Order: sequence, then structure tokens, then C-alpha cells
Amino acid sequence: MKIFSALTVVLILAAAAYVGVEIFGLYAIFGVVIPYFAFFTFAGGFVLKILSWAKSPTPFNITTTAGQQKSLKFIKNAPLENPSGVVGVAGRILLEVFFFRSLFRNTKTAMTKDNRPGYQSEKSLWLGGLVFHWSFFYIFIRHLRFFTYPVPGFVSSMETIDRLFQIGLPGLYLTDIFLLLSVTFLFFRRVAIPQIKYMSLLADYFPLFLIAAIGFSGIAMRYFVRTDVMGIKNMTMGLISFKPVIINDTGSLFYIHLFLVSSLFLYFPFSKLMHAGGIFMSPTRNLAGNSRKKRHINPWNYPVKTHSYEEYENDFRDAMRGAGLPLENPGSDVSGHGKQEGKE
Amino acid sequence: MALPKVGEMTDDILKKQNVLPKKSWMEVKTTFEPGTYCYGEKAAPGEILDLPNPRDWDPAQDDWKLLPNWKETIQKGFQTRLERFRSLKLFMDICVRCGACADKCHFYIGTGDPKNMPVLRGELMRSVYRKENTVGGKLLGKLAGAREMTEDVLKEWYKYYYQCTECRRCSVFCPYGIDTAEITIHARELMHEAGVGINQITGPASNSFMTGNHLGLKPHAILNSVESLVEDIKSITGITVNPTFNRKGAEILFITPSADFFADPGIFTMMGYLLLFEHIGLDYTLSTYASEGGNFGLFTSHEMMKRLNSKIYTEAERLKVKWLLGGECGHMWRVVHQYMNTMTGPANFLEKPVSPVTGTKFSFADGTKFVHIAEFTADLIRHNTIKLDKARNDHRKITFHDSCNISRGMGMFEEPRYVINNVANHFFEMPEDTIREKTFCCGSGSGLNTNEYMETRLKGGFARAMAVKEVQEKNNVNLLTAICAIDRAAFPALLNYWNPGVETSGLHELVGNALVMNGEKARTVDLRGDDLAGSET
Repeated sequence: MKIFSALTVVLILAAAAYVGVEIFGLYAIFGVVIPYFAFFTFAGGFVLKILSWAKSPTPFNITTTAGQQKSLKFIKNAPLENPSGVVGVAGRILLEVFFFRSLFRNTKTAMTKDNRPGYQSEKSLWLGGLVFHWSFFYIFIRHLRFFTYPVPGFVSSMETIDRLFQIGLPGLYLTDIFLLLSVTFLFFRRVAIPQIKYMSLLADYFPLFLIAAIGFSGIAMRYFVRTDVMGIKNMTMGLISFKPVIINDTGSLFYIHLFLVSSLFLYFPFSKLMHAGGIFMSPTRNLAGNSRKKRHINPWNYPVKTHSYEEYENDFRDAMRGAGLPLENPGSDVSGHGKQEGKE
Repeated sequence: MALPKVGEMTDDILKKQNVLPKKSWMEVKTTFEPGTYCYGEKAAPGEILDLPNPRDWDPAQDDWKLLPNWKETIQKGFQTRLERFRSLKLFMDICVRCGACADKCHFYIGTGDPKNMPVLRGELMRSVYRKENTVGGKLLGKLAGAREMTEDVLKEWYKYYYQCTECRRCSVFCPYGIDTAEITIHARELMHEAGVGINQITGPASNSFMTGNHLGLKPHAILNSVESLVEDIKSITGITVNPTFNRKGAEILFITPSADFFADPGIFTMMGYLLLFEHIGLDYTLSTYASEGGNFGLFTSHEMMKRLNSKIYTEAERLKVKWLLGGECGHMWRVVHQYMNTMTGPANFLEKPVSPVTGTKFSFADGTKFVHIAEFTADLIRHNTIKLDKARNDHRKITFHDSCNISRGMGMFEEPRYVINNVANHFFEMPEDTIREKTFCCGSGSGLNTNEYMETRLKGGFARAMAVKEVQEKNNVNLLTAICAIDRAAFPALLNYWNPGVETSGLHELVGNALVMNGEKARTVDLRGDDLAGSET
């Protein structure tokens, strides 16, 4: 049901773009208005979401200490798993962001023949996720060729490297293949593992289908359906320079691709995709494990009702006196009991 | 209630692996069979602690005797916490449900219940968050994974947020560091605001508030029980130790969980501390007012944690000690590490801690002025300042259990191992995926160590117990050592069930056994009265 709904929404989005331009001729809407709207919603929404998180303080230092603390000199600490300062924290975050370090630890728990839980290394999610994100990022950078003139050298080089194997004409981009393979893997993993499927939401399937559809439409434009690349570049340069032009013979596939990308941008700040920004702000990863050394400040720390020593002594004065415990306020009975044996 | 036999329980655990309900999890109604839930809090402790709606109630009954405005209380409290805690807000927003955490939870492994997968445990709360805070949730409802807060949801929270021990194992594996413990802490806090809590937590918390310790030991009772330990030490070692209480001007105030004063096997660890302090001539005092290192406030609310924790610095200031030394306790050290200095500090009236024996500056504790006994002892051993006879632990084949809070909530892994290796000859590690930062909870942490919950606790401790079984079979391990009072309370039952023949001890019990005291008599038994290796021949 959720899978079907997610797929339907993506298909409706694609159909809407097709009908919009082919039947109603809404080139300006789909080629200019919506992309601008989507982009600014994305940029604004992203920033607002980050600000809304930032507005809530981090009252306590709750870093996950996944390695030895920095303590005695003769004991080796774990600078990345339990960083003691800024450098370690930066390293920890960057390794998470670029290499998915925590996911690299992943294990699969399954009962062994001895009827006990056994743990095996399970790196497929790490690998699939890493390939997916890096391919996506690479393709994003590669697309800068549509938004720059002249095209910067590094973008051209990245493109050349991507076509390294020179399969087909035009040359096949490896990252296209990687993206489609990894997004397919992420989808199949979600439906093939019953527990994951059980807790998955529409919001988990939708971005996968959307990104797959973006990939398919992009690839189709390059390899299967003749598309006017120069026309597209005129449009994209027009968008980026705020002098939008409309080319209506680039083919509707381009408009579908553009609309799906716009949909992704629009959806992003309101969805789980915000993990992209959130990861930098996670208090279990971005704080140093130095709270015994350095006092962490809680901006809303408020006084609380306690049971003071004075109240305690009032409650138990007789018992304390009887046991020979020293008293702050011996009360009426000063019989010399208050003296205690032991070291002085 | 009789427990199922080991074979039955194992079959039950195996049978429930990879079995999922046909219905969507939101449709599955929560039930309360005996052994699967903790008793509700009683009126008395609620009144002592000024908790809302104190009453006697039973979770298994339909009517929870809630106040009419309970739902608004939770909704309002939720919003307040989103404004106060970035962690909560972020963890409500950024989970992608990748499922890396799913099979990392000891309760999921032991029960097979999908709501014990950390990701779904988080969804129990996120679903309510979405309904009130996200566009998708408001418009699409269930399709967007959103739902109203209802009494059924509250009952589900009660069951599953008390089937999480806040151990943080899942957070180690999460690519964004989402910490289910943090979610559970807030869920429990919200439930408490609506007058819903468990007696095993509120009871000890109210005791701790009034008498200074969870067990509710009054001043003379503490003295009496320590006095009897002093006598035991005398008869085993021939040495008289002289602990003092509430003594002003001592250099160090020693804080330890109250179970060490009173409960087997914590008392043997206490004997170890007392022998060690005598051996090095430490100028220390104990306190009857601050007679609890543990803090069940951590399992109630941040506010309650602060209400209980504040006694420690207050007492240190009153007694004019220089710094604090802390005993073996798990969540006590999570509180010291994550919260104490922030909540009740700065303790500027104390001095930066320096070992009076070795001169080592414990600069890593310059803020809290609170040193862990394992750090302290490791430093003593490193400087050859104590005399040890490792052979006195030769009758023990030891494995070490990393307590959740000490490992993932503080980051101490090596100090206790260093100490064990210097006081005993036979030490064996459990499998790699079950120790250090990947350690498994005893199944009874975060206040769940109550008798009516034994069946669930045994299932929760299954993963840990099976790892013990590995070293029990391979290395004939007969002692599990842990530096946590809840461990020392929970493991005897857990190991007796799954691993008969394996006993539980604290670290300083082993230290106490190995310590060669000046003028001691020849020892034939260890601190718990068991024969030493070779002494029976």
C-alpha cells in the first residue's frame, strides 16, 4: 500500500509535467516558475530547519563515548570514538559525513546452531549507502556544466573520468549506473528484510522512487530520446542568471526531469532528507567527551526543590546522635555522644 | 509467579525470532500479561516527591485513573522539551529508518517484538510528534506515519519505554548518532508529568530524596551494616579498618551506591574499598546524607536527577573535603559524566583532584572534581604503591562485563581491565561484538530490576548471558566482574538462570582479595568466605 502510494505519487508527478507542457503548453510554469519556487523553498526551508534546530539548546553533554576516554597518561585513549577536543570531534563528524563510519560497524544478529545470538559483519548497507550518496553528489557536480559558462576545468575532468570506460555513444557515465544500482538496492533491501519493511513509511519509499525517476529520466534523455542539449543549456543558463528563457522544443522528457528535480527540492526541507544537515548537529557526535574536565553550560538550568542537609538532620537527629554521628545542630540533648571514633 | 524452564524460555525466544504481526504496528494493541510489565508507582513515593496525580494503580487494569487533562499535559510537555533539547528535536526529524539499529537491542533479540527495535521504539514517539509538528503529519495522518496521542498510545509507551534500558547500544551503530536512550528519557519524563511511572523507580527515588539512599537506610542502619563489614574484614584478614562518617575536614568524600553498604554481592566490593583505603592510609569519609551514588532520578526526569544529585556537592561543601572519589556504579557515572557539573556545579569550593599517594593529577576530572575508583586504583597500581598477591584470585576464572553507562555513557574501558590484570591471573574476554562499546546490557538497567518483571529481564539479558556462556564453556569462567551496582543486583539472578555456576562480583572485591595488608593474618578464604585456591588441601 505504502509502496504503491509512493510510486503512484511519483508517476503522477511525471505525468503532470508531461500533460502540463504537452497538452496545456505551460512551459513557463514548469520551466521557470516551479524551478525557481522549488529552489528558493529548498534553500529557505533548509536554512530555516537548521535554525529551528539551532534554536533549541544542547543543555547537556551527551556524546556517545564509543571508545576509551582520555584519562590517565599510561592509558591510550580513542581520539575519534571518544574525542577529547575540537580536532577529534571534527574528525569524527567528517568521517561520519564522508565515509559513514558508524554504519561501517554494522553487524547482523542471527541465531547460531547453538541457539545463541551470533554477530556477523554486515557492510552491504554501508556500501550501498556510500555508493548512492557519492554517485548522487558526483552527478550533482557534473550537472554544473549546465549552469556555468565557461565550464570549470574540474567539472569537465569529472565528466571525463566518469566516461572513462567509453562504453557506448554518447559515453556511458559510471555514476549513472551506480546511482540506479544503489537506489534499486536500497529499495529492495527495504522490502526484502521483513523487519525493515514492517516499520517503513511512505516517506521512506517516496524519495527512493523520486530519485530513481530522476535518474531514469536523465539517462533516457542522454541515451534514448533525442534531446536538444544546447537548448537545455540556454534554459539552465537563463535560470541561473535570472534572465529566464523558454525553449519549448527540448522535448517533454526534459520538463519531466526538471519537474521531478524540482519536486525533490521542494520536498527536501520537510522530510527525513534533512538528515543531510542534521548529522552535523547531532549532540551524540559533535560534542567532546570532556565534560568532567570542562563544565558544559545549560542555558535554562533552573533551581529545584531539594532535601537539604538541615532537613535531613532534623528528620534523623535522634538516630544520628544515637549512632554517634557529628551534628551541625545538636539540639537539646547534649550528652557528649557526638564524638566519633576513627581518624582525626 | 513461576518462571518458565530454561528450555521453554529458549524455545520461546527462538520461536519469536523474525515473526512479525500481520497488522501494522499502529494497529497492534498493547497488552499487559504478568512478567511483561512493571508495577505502577504507588501513591506514597509520588507524594513525597510532589509528583502529579499520586495514586495506587495497576497498569493491567483498563482504568489507569488518569487526570482528565493528562493528554494536554503530555502535549504541552512535549513542546517544552522540543524547545529545550536539540537532541529530541533532531532525533524526531532526521531518522531515515535505515534499520541499522534494529537488531542491536538486547530486548529485541530476547523478545522478537518489533516494537523493541530501536527504530520502531523511536517511531512510537515520532508518530505523535509528526501529528502535531509536521505538515505531512497534520494533513496525511497515518499515511505520513502520524497519529494522535491516545490512552492506547500512552499504554504502548509505558510498556516499551520501560523495555528500554537506556543502554545506548543502538546509538553506536546509528549513522546520525540518534540515541534511543535520549528518546526513552523524554518519553518517561512526559509520562511522569501525566502521573505515570513505575514503582521500582519512584520508590527508590523517594527513599533517596528523604534518607539519602535508594534502600531507605537511615543513618544508624548504614553505620550498623558497615560495622558488620568491618567485623567480617577483621575475621578474614585480621585487620581492623576504621571508616568514618560525616567527618568534617577529611581530604576525600567517598560516594558509592548504597547497595554496596547492604546487599550481597556489593558488600564484598565495599570490603575491598575499605581494605584499599586502609592499605594506603587514605584520609576519607563516608556520608549518611549523601549515601547514594546511584540516581534513579535519571530514570524519572532531568529535574528529579538534579534534585537527588545536588546532595553530593552540598555535602562535599559542608564537610569541607578537597575532592570526591566515586565507587563502582553505572548510572551514577553517567550522571557524573553527562550532567552533574552542568546541573549542580561548578564545585569551586573543591580542589582539583590529586592522588595523595602517587601525586598524580587527575586533570581529566578538574571540572567535576570527581574521580572514579577504577581510575584511582589503576594509578596506584601503575606506581607500585600497593602490594598485591594475584594468586589469591586464582580460584576465579574471570570475565569482565562492560556496564552500558560506564562504556557508552562515560568511555571507561581500560582502567578496570588494567586493574583486573594486576590483581588476578585468569581473565578472559567475551566475544568482541559483546564487549566494550558494543557491550550488552544486563537487561535490568534504568530501574527495571524489579521482581515482577523477571521474565522480561531474563529475555533482555539473554544476549549478555549467551556471551558469558561462550567463555564459560571455553575458559571455564566462573566469575563475572562488573563495576555497576545494578549489575551486581541483576546478574546473580540472570546468571543463575542462564549460566549456573557463574557468580557476580565487583572489581574491588578482587582488589580486596589480592591486597597484602600490613600485619594481616594468613588468608584461607576470600572476602565472601570462599576457600582460596590450594587452601583446602
